Amino acid sequence: MAWYIVRRFLQMIPVFFGATFLVYFLVFSLPGDPIQALFGDRAVNPAVADQLRAQYNLDQPFLVQYFLYLKNLVTVNLGNDFSGRPVAEVLAQVFPVTIRLAILALLFEAVFGIIFGVIAGLRKGRFFDGTILVASLIVIAIPIFVLGFVMQYVVGVKLGWAKPTVGAEAGWSDLILPAIVLGLVSLAYVIRLTRTSIIENLNADYVRTATAKGLSRPRVVVVHILRNSMIPVITFLGADLGALMGGAIVTEGIFNVPGVGQRLYQSVLRGEGPTIVSIVSVLILVYILANLLVDVLYAWLDPRIRYA
Amino acid sequence: MPEHRRDYIEHYVAPIEETPLQATDKVSEDVQPLSLWAEAWRNLRRQPLFVIASVLILLIVVVALFPALFTQTEPNANCQLANSDGGPAPGHPLGFTIQGCDVYARLIYGTRASLTVGIFATLGTLLIGGTLGAIAGFHGGWLDSVIARIGDVFFALPLILGAIIIMQLPFFRENRNVWTVVITLVVFGWPQVARITRGAVISVRNADFVTAARSLGVSRPAALVRHVIPNALAPVIVVATVNLGIFIVAEATLSFLGIGLPPDVMSWGNDISAAQVSLRSNPSTLLWPAAALSVTVLSFIMLGDALRDALDPKARKR
Amino acid sequence: MRFARTSKIVGLAAAAALALSACGGGGGGTDGADASAVITANTTEPQNPLVPTNTNEVGGGRVVDLLFEGLISYDASGAPVNEVAESIETKDSKNYTITLKPDQKFTNGDPVTASSFVDAWNYGAAAENAQLNEYFFDSIAGYDEVSAKDSKKKEMSGLKVVDDKTFTVELAQPESDWPLRLGYTAFSPLPEAAFQDMKAFGENPVGNGPYKLAGDGAWQHDVEIALVPNPDYTGTRAPQNDGITFKIYSGFEAAYQDLLANNLDLLDTIPPSSLKNFKTDLGEGRYLEKPYAGNQAITIPGYLDEWKGEAGELRRKAISMAINRPEITKVIFSGGREPATEFTAPVIDGYDADIKGSEVLKFNPEEARKLWAEADKIEPWGDKAFTISYNSDGGHKEWIDAVANSIKNELGIDAQGKPYATFAEVREIATSKQLEGALRTGWQADYPSLYNFLGPTFGTGAGSNDGDYSNKEFDAKLREGLSAKSPEAGTTAFNEAQEILLQDLPAVPLWYQVRQVGWSENVDKVDTAWNGVPIYHQITRK
Repeated sequence: MAWYIVRRFLQMIPVFFGATFLVYFLVFSLPGDPIQALFGDRAVNPAVADQLRAQYNLDQPFLVQYFLYLKNLVTVNLGNDFSGRPVAEVLAQVFPVTIRLAILALLFEAVFGIIFGVIAGLRKGRFFDGTILVASLIVIAIPIFVLGFVMQYVVGVKLGWAKPTVGAEAGWSDLILPAIVLGLVSLAYVIRLTRTSIIENLNADYVRTATAKGLSRPRVVVVHILRNSMIPVITFLGADLGALMGGAIVTEGIFNVPGVGQRLYQSVLRGEGPTIVSIVSVLILVYILANLLVDVLYAWLDPRIRYA
Repeated sequence: MPEHRRDYIEHYVAPIEETPLQATDKVSEDVQPLSLWAEAWRNLRRQPLFVIASVLILLIVVVALFPALFTQTEPNANCQLANSDGGPAPGHPLGFTIQGCDVYARLIYGTRASLTVGIFATLGTLLIGGTLGAIAGFHGGWLDSVIARIGDVFFALPLILGAIIIMQLPFFRENRNVWTVVITLVVFGWPQVARITRGAVISVRNADFVTAARSLGVSRPAALVRHVIPNALAPVIVVATVNLGIFIVAEATLSFLGIGLPPDVMSWGNDISAAQVSLRSNPSTLLWPAAALSVTVLSFIMLGDALRDALDPKARKR
Repeated sequence: MRFARTSKIVGLAAAAALALSACGGGGGGTDGADASAVITANTTEPQNPLVPTNTNEVGGGRVVDLLFEGLISYDASGAPVNEVAESIETKDSKNYTITLKPDQKFTNGDPVTASSFVDAWNYGAAAENAQLNEYFFDSIAGYDEVSAKDSKKKEMSGLKVVDDKTFTVELAQPESDWPLRLGYTAFSPLPEAAFQDMKAFGENPVGNGPYKLAGDGAWQHDVEIALVPNPDYTGTRAPQNDGITFKIYSGFEAAYQDLLANNLDLLDTIPPSSLKNFKTDLGEGRYLEKPYAGNQAITIPGYLDEWKGEAGELRRKAISMAINRPEITKVIFSGGREPATEFTAPVIDGYDADIKGSEVLKFNPEEARKLWAEADKIEPWGDKAFTISYNSDGGHKEWIDAVANSIKNELGIDAQGKPYATFAEVREIATSKQLEGALRTGWQADYPSLYNFLGPTFGTGAGSNDGDYSNKEFDAKLREGLSAKSPEAGTTAFNEAQEILLQDLPAVPLWYQVRQVGWSENVDKVDTAWNGVPIYHQITRK
């Protein structure tokens, strides 16, 4: 197992180079001239545009640009964004708040998703199961901007229970409402995955054995059924952590959280290579670590699973 | 609980030819054994859930194929601002959008694009993600690592960045249509399905029945297809059915940004995102396409549930 | 462990910021219950360091405008008022002598001298500094040399310091409205300290305006920019409050919710989803709708075959007359725009709603169909679609769709919007003259002058002339207006130039911009200026 983990860490190296190369290439291929866009609708003096291009290495061929990025990386210099701010500073600002938001959202969807999923699975086809299904459908079909807007208006403005917007220094408690909004869609996945797994395992031989042994129903459900039902749920949650961090564009916009999703989106629209590559690199790191954790959890949940 | 030990029991076993059980246990050898899939199909047909879901899906497909059967109104032809955000009127049962277009007609004509995106993006991710995930999980080792890491890279790419680039490729720019959207969603959606499939396959690959099959001389690919996959399918079906709805909404996001469908193609997603500005003044323009989307997702969730039940021999004997 | 450490650092920064703004005489005002008279207002994250010559967007522009005071400022109606300038004199509209008021200081104590202006302008114009506002100096003699590629020259020959309080400006050619431009922030003076490290200066700018930053680090990126009154300020824009704290939002929707919850005092744009409700949400006396110097149009590129010649002219007129401007402004913007009758804006001095030929901007479906049919006789349109390109991140979709529908309904042709994901992409297509249809264009005046709406957008070869329009008569009229001896004569010439535009219709003007501002229960005396920017210094706390 230890060797397996070490190997997984070593895999990060090629993935890092592959991913940064790919992302840099995509940014390089973005249509439009980002320097031109800095000037709005106005004319650009070509001399000034050339000067700016040189400043951001945009006058270099793609491979040179990528090489310069890597070279700077060695000296822990991630470059500057188009407003002249060091990208490292941007990362230090966007990630902490996004990590807090993502962790809260993940907790929310995991806790409520599993609880609702278990109950729905145990009472398959009954009222609670149906209610949960309808709720899941609403979450899937009504886009997040509507759900977020309604919750913000009701909870934040009308009831005054939470701040309508939270800002960059939002603490854990401020982020509860945004985290709920962010986690809603994933909640639907977790509920349905849990429910299905529970149903699958309800009739498994070991459950009958456990019940026959005279174990109490809650113990059978939690220790035996749940533990064996967790693999798909854990897989989903592990993959979702990264999505919650990088893809929270709408939620972050609604609650004015200047986090990773917003920043990434803006940077893509502006064509800011160094910012995009740096953020995506950190995100890939998160994916790899989350997936590693998931794989380790597999072995813990099901001792039959071994890694060579 | 201490086990009740019985050290000796007197056995009496009747000679086999004397018991009536012989007939019961007899395997009729002239009948072809049903494959797992055939048996599942036989089970499926008898489930009310499956029947309801199929009828609904059939209805939606008919609407998608022949929208003109369901409305006489040309959805894009006569949008008058004078009707903006208007309520139901004769011939316009669901009222009007902010642009004064007929909500009902747009709903009917939007079915085709939305359903195509939802179904084919789901199938595409299932095909690519499912195959790669199953191979990764079953084979393990270096193949697993390579597939999983490629998945990580794709998963971390911002969808918008990737979509802008894909739509920029000459082929896609010239032929912007529903299929370019499907391809974009598949390219960025397969890693999630792959991860779920891989996890499910890993949890099944060491099960006793797989070991049994292998020791009976079943080849590895055959064991994967015949024994592992059917038993690993449940979570994949769940994720795929939810994804179906998510893809339909994602199309709207891409279209809104100008990297999805051309503006004259109608879709539920487009209408849902266009309703954003009318959210407070006329929420019904949001509600109807969202309801259509819900019903579609519901049908596929029910279909998925029925399929899962049919594939699970233990769930069958209630 | 990693995560815990980083959040602690941010926590510390937050605590430090709190302490800072407390010394500055007002908190961030996040709870709205702050007793001191600090006003909170919305802004977006400035896209550049706060250097006047490098700030060309509203997020940073409104802050720079409060931090610096130029030679003149504009009053609410857009009329120029002398600030640092004692006098600006010229006899020929080409050579100007500028005298400064005595005892003007930057907030670091340095005096504001003639060199403060001349050095700042030279810095702004030199190509090597790559300042986004460099084109503002293009009228000054010697601009061509300093702005050329790899130029070694750093000083424009047209700028000469006479003494501490006097400098002269020579323009490349006569321009009667040149002094009017001097109120734009790009012409602000800079203290000597700025030139040592412009980047650091841009993070903590030192100016001579009505406000100053509330200490080092008062600009917390993506969070807020805290300003406090400048005690040494002697100009006409004296602050009536204890400071302005700009809260940074990425969009107006979130800011609107904060406004409703009284967490924000002033919001300068009502988001689209609340246009129909904001008056009832806020109630009487908490909002304002006022036109400002901006307009919206669709430009039809003259380089496309189907828009050339007589048929093209007829078609452009038909398109214009097929757009139901009053209905679209009423329904889509809830009255938040005014149908256009010419190419500038009503708040500009010299505006004339009845220029000859302006009936082409009136909704007239019969005439539109007639003109289109005539054009079809010359050259059939076929089943092409009329497209309007726009950037999807600018909130234009609703009105573009409405305009397209209006054209489609009246002319019976296919018409649709054509969104592009990024602004950069639209601009590249426009500047490289590769448009395939019409283009959304808009103009917001830099300084209150008719010429500013006409020259940069329709002059032959001008930088923002996206439709590649060129008409010798029009160019001559512009030159005539610029060199006119009196403002009245200039106005006449410019409006005659507009008659030519109404005939050729290189762009179809749609409507004038209207600023819709909302404010909280805690503030009073909110108004907006000629350019639509709230007059921050006037706002008081109840």
